[in-house]
Amino acid sequence: MEYLSLFVKSIFVDNMIFAYFLGMCSFLAVSKNVKTAAGLGLAVIFVLLVTLPINYLLNTYVLAPDALVKGVDLSFLSFIVFIAVIAAIVQIVEMVVEKFSPELYSSLGIFLPLIAVNCAILGGSLFMQQKDFLNIGWRGNRVFPGQRYRLVPGYRLPGGYPREDELLQRAGRPQRSGYHLYHRGSHGHGLHDLHGY
Amino acid sequence: MNAKLKETILNPIFKGNPITVLVLGICSSLAVTVTLKGALVMALSVIVVTGISSLILSLLRNTIPGRVRIIVQLVVVAMMVILVDQVLKSFEATYAIDKQLSVYIGLIITNCIVMGRIEAFALGNSPWPSFLDGVANGAGYGLILIIVAFFRELLGSGTLFGFDVLGWMGYVPNNLVILPPFALILLGCIVWVQRSIQKDLQEK
Repeated sequence: MEYLSLFVKSIFVDNMIFAYFLGMCSFLAVSKNVKTAAGLGLAVIFVLLVTLPINYLLNTYVLAPDALVKGVDLSFLSFIVFIAVIAAIVQIVEMVVEKFSPELYSSLGIFLPLIAVNCAILGGSLFMQQKDFLNIGWRGNRVFPGQRYRLVPGYRLPGGYPREDELLQRAGRPQRSGYHLYHRGSHGHGLHDLHGY
Repeated sequence: MNAKLKETILNPIFKGNPITVLVLGICSSLAVTVTLKGALVMALSVIVVTGISSLILSLLRNTIPGRVRIIVQLVVVAMMVILVDQVLKSFEATYAIDKQLSVYIGLIITNCIVMGRIEAFALGNSPWPSFLDGVANGAGYGLILIIVAFFRELLGSGTLFGFDVLGWMGYVPNNLVILPPFALILLGCIVWVQRSIQKDLQEK
């Protein structure tokens, strides 16, 4: 159920175009007819589907503070790593489509390489980094050792999932206040709460 | 300075403005224009990123293979954005720069203006004009951003740069102005004004 509500919420409530106004450029450019719109939509879904898990793993196991080597914080590299992954995947998708389906390739035309610079896709990765899905993977489990092998935790703390700095505080780890001040906090329109899960 | 270089600088600021004429970089202009300060920081960041990444890619333009050029461009732009991001982070405490900018600074990487100018200008021109073209396009973007932010902060909060301007005379802040759609309406008005001045932009 947790995942279903996340799914519905991502499609309707936190819609990239209507709620965050990301990806407007290509939205304005390709929404002239249904065929190109559907083609670009499918391509965006595919690229997000492949890049987000890769970026999540990279973020959790390489870039996060103390993830790779203790005491090393590589989070400043996240922009370059995320965009390199996205660009590489788009390049691969382009080559595969060109090889196996030249028709689709010619009908998508310039839109395919331009997915690499679609802000909704990079935005997806950046929001992933901000929102911190603590219930998936190792980062959350490290804080709650008892929950190590529970992939879908049933617990829900009062007031939703705790923020990472609160968890660190409870676990007695020092807070890196600078990092949190910058990467966390409200998103800006005053409309959305990033920690609303 | 010759006429062509002057044209390179002046054209993006008014006649070929990246936001109002080319309709690029809309997303961030909706998000960061709630306050004038945010818009100013964003404008300066974009000017720095477009200028220097155009310069670097123009220097590299003869050595980049066509097939992988998008990755190379993105890596250079991402490097510039990281530098800007780190500088802003270090000034964050001193000048109280809005936290809301954090995601949108990262999204400068995918700002269509940066990539668009690199593709359209920097890869075919020598370094100095490319640098000027990048800076001028960033300035054209920043100009629209500041105009929009001026009206949004004035009408939405009754302040300018955080100072009370309208509040003391009993102005009631209009919450519609704070919402992103109003930025789109304001942008539409700016396009309207520009097209009524420049008749050649009007569509038949």
